[in-house]
Amino acid sequence: MALFQIAEPGESAAPHEHKLAVGIDLGTTNSLVATVRSGISVVLNDAQGRPLVPSIVRYLPDGASEVGYEAQTRQASDPKNTIVSVKRFMGRGLKDIAHVESMPYDFVEAPGMVRLKTCAGVKSPVEVSADILKTLKMRAEHALAGDLVGAVITVPAYFDDAQRQATKDAARLAGINVLRLLNEPTAAAIAYGLDNGAEGVYAVFDLGGGTFDISILKLTKGVFEVMATGGDSALGGDDFDHRIYCWAIEQAGLQPLSPGDARLLMTRAREAKEFLTLNPEAPLTARLSTGEMVDLKLDVATFAEITRTLVSKTLQPVKKALRDAGLRPEDIKGVVMVGGATRMPQIQKAVGDFFRQEPLTNLDPDKVVALGAATQANLLVGNKTGQDDWLLLDVIPLSLGLETMGGLTEKIIPRNATIPTARAQEFTTFKDGQTAMAIHVVQGERELVSDCRSLARFELRGIPPMVAGAARIRVTFQVDADGLLAVSAREQTTGVEAAVTVKPSYGLSDDEIADMLKDSMAHAKDDAFQRALTEAKVEARRMIEATEAALKEDPHLLSQAETAKINATIAKLRASMEGDNRRQINLAMDDLGFETQEFAHRRMDQSIKRALAGRKVDDIKMGEDA
Amino acid sequence: MAVTLSEKAAKHVANYLAKRGKGVGLKLGVRTSGCSGMAYKLEFVDQIDTDDVAFESHGIKVFIDAKSLPYLDGTELDYAREGLNEGFKFNNPNVKDQCGCGESFNV
Repeated sequence: MALFQIAEPGESAAPHEHKLAVGIDLGTTNSLVATVRSGISVVLNDAQGRPLVPSIVRYLPDGASEVGYEAQTRQASDPKNTIVSVKRFMGRGLKDIAHVESMPYDFVEAPGMVRLKTCAGVKSPVEVSADILKTLKMRAEHALAGDLVGAVITVPAYFDDAQRQATKDAARLAGINVLRLLNEPTAAAIAYGLDNGAEGVYAVFDLGGGTFDISILKLTKGVFEVMATGGDSALGGDDFDHRIYCWAIEQAGLQPLSPGDARLLMTRAREAKEFLTLNPEAPLTARLSTGEMVDLKLDVATFAEITRTLVSKTLQPVKKALRDAGLRPEDIKGVVMVGGATRMPQIQKAVGDFFRQEPLTNLDPDKVVALGAATQANLLVGNKTGQDDWLLLDVIPLSLGLETMGGLTEKIIPRNATIPTARAQEFTTFKDGQTAMAIHVVQGERELVSDCRSLARFELRGIPPMVAGAARIRVTFQVDADGLLAVSAREQTTGVEAAVTVKPSYGLSDDEIADMLKDSMAHAKDDAFQRALTEAKVEARRMIEATEAALKEDPHLLSQAETAKINATIAKLRASMEGDNRRQINLAMDDLGFETQEFAHRRMDQSIKRALAGRKVDDIKMGEDA
Repeated sequence: MAVTLSEKAAKHVANYLAKRGKGVGLKLGVRTSGCSGMAYKLEFVDQIDTDDVAFESHGIKVFIDAKSLPYLDGTELDYAREGLNEGFKFNNPNVKDQCGCGESFNV
């Protein structure tokens, strides 16, 4: 007998047409799966009523695997084959991973992404994540009694293309159709924004197990707009565990630990951290394999002290995101707390102090992302419920533009522009008779192309030969809802076209994005100077070319002495272009302008005569000779 | 002629209505579709249709359109949990046979 859910008025699904869709929060520490039941987002529990699946996979010698709590119980006794926090390795090389030395795994360096050697063979982080996703998928299909149509899987806002692609690959490996990858803070906002229906600017402070994200979101008339995002992909609750772990080693005066003991102590450190959320003091005891006994007590004040730098590290990206959005802390109407680590009292206090208000915690910070993802999934498969026709807008992290003469960047779509978006700008040819144009698509905030990231190059050919500056080439940048960039160039008079599709974030790591942003601020002055200098050089080169072309065309208009003088002035301008003195270049350009004035007049007269002569058909020949 | 809710079902409906923040009750109905001829409808009610027959069961208003009533008379709507799945269940004495999954039925 089928079990029914209540539908919105007039929206009962026909039999066998229920579309089962779930939202999956694939977390560093814990994962969850949620769905919409009778119009309400709910997290699906396991048979024991537990909502979370610890993101832990243990591999067995026969090739089988255990996931979740089952694997967690064995992490101390079988650390090499029990993979925790695999999300940190997604799309990452060995050199990108923090604290490698305290991890018990046998890492294998592989191109693109690190691998882990287990007793069941070498596993990539994608395979490990797929095992977690398979468990969630099975839970969902049992709970919903049917096959899933698809899932929305959440990722940190700062995940780059490689990390997003790795997440998608893991889903495919688990047999899950990915409806969309959704940024975690955005999912949280969906859960909060829709449930509470409040308008205004909100900050989403998401401190998970392994990642930190801050997003500034604007909610107006049911439209979510991400105004700015920031974060740190290597900062989370795990780091707080690690601080307690280091503190314990120091306090107990321990020698370097075996992998099993290290894992045991990390587990005890995490338990102590969780205990401190509701208690003033936590015991930290462990019997190590060496027979040593660790027996410590950690109080709230000490915990706050040893994690002070971590707490202040979270506030840096917050300040930056606010700056990006052009806002001050008092402009924020509410602060949404996401992620289990936001339960820590010192975090809530720091966030409260910064924004001068109590952060919102009325939804379970562990579940809020999955709940929002479920709402989105339900919408995407078409189980639409009434008035929820809201639109989700996201932003691009770094400006997109193209290279212009002299290696300068012309920004077409600025950073933090909402996607989907399309912008166009017209460019022209630099030389007479130019029939092709190379288009170099770059991403970054710097003025010089060499300091930005190259995304793609393509050529527009078949431009009809015209004088420099006459061709009109319209270059259009289009970024779709999935963040894919398409660039097209079209010569307006003839309609010749060329286009290319790129992934704007391809290969950019969070740190690279952060570094590029930092660079752009530090070098803003340098860049402005460089830009002016380069522009002067480009102008000088254009001037020389025009003059030389004229000399070649109309040598008869000048005496030998005049020609020599102009050539000398050109040589002087050329020499000035070798240096970095913009003033000198400008002066030399003025000289050339002055020296060629008379020449220009004579050429003008000549063409006027020709034009007048052209009126009389019989005189054409005479006119040309004049 | 009556259609009722089990106490458990009523509790869940009340809970859903409260979380939804609007709605006056529950509408049950049947329509002709599905592999065995007829299918159930189960929806929230925001606007009462005066043509509907109204019942009240454990504090929940239940509305049924007149055409559907003969097929639903005597039905008790229950809330059940089967393994990890949970939801509402139609205990309908009029059903002669139903498709394997029970989403559509015949009277």
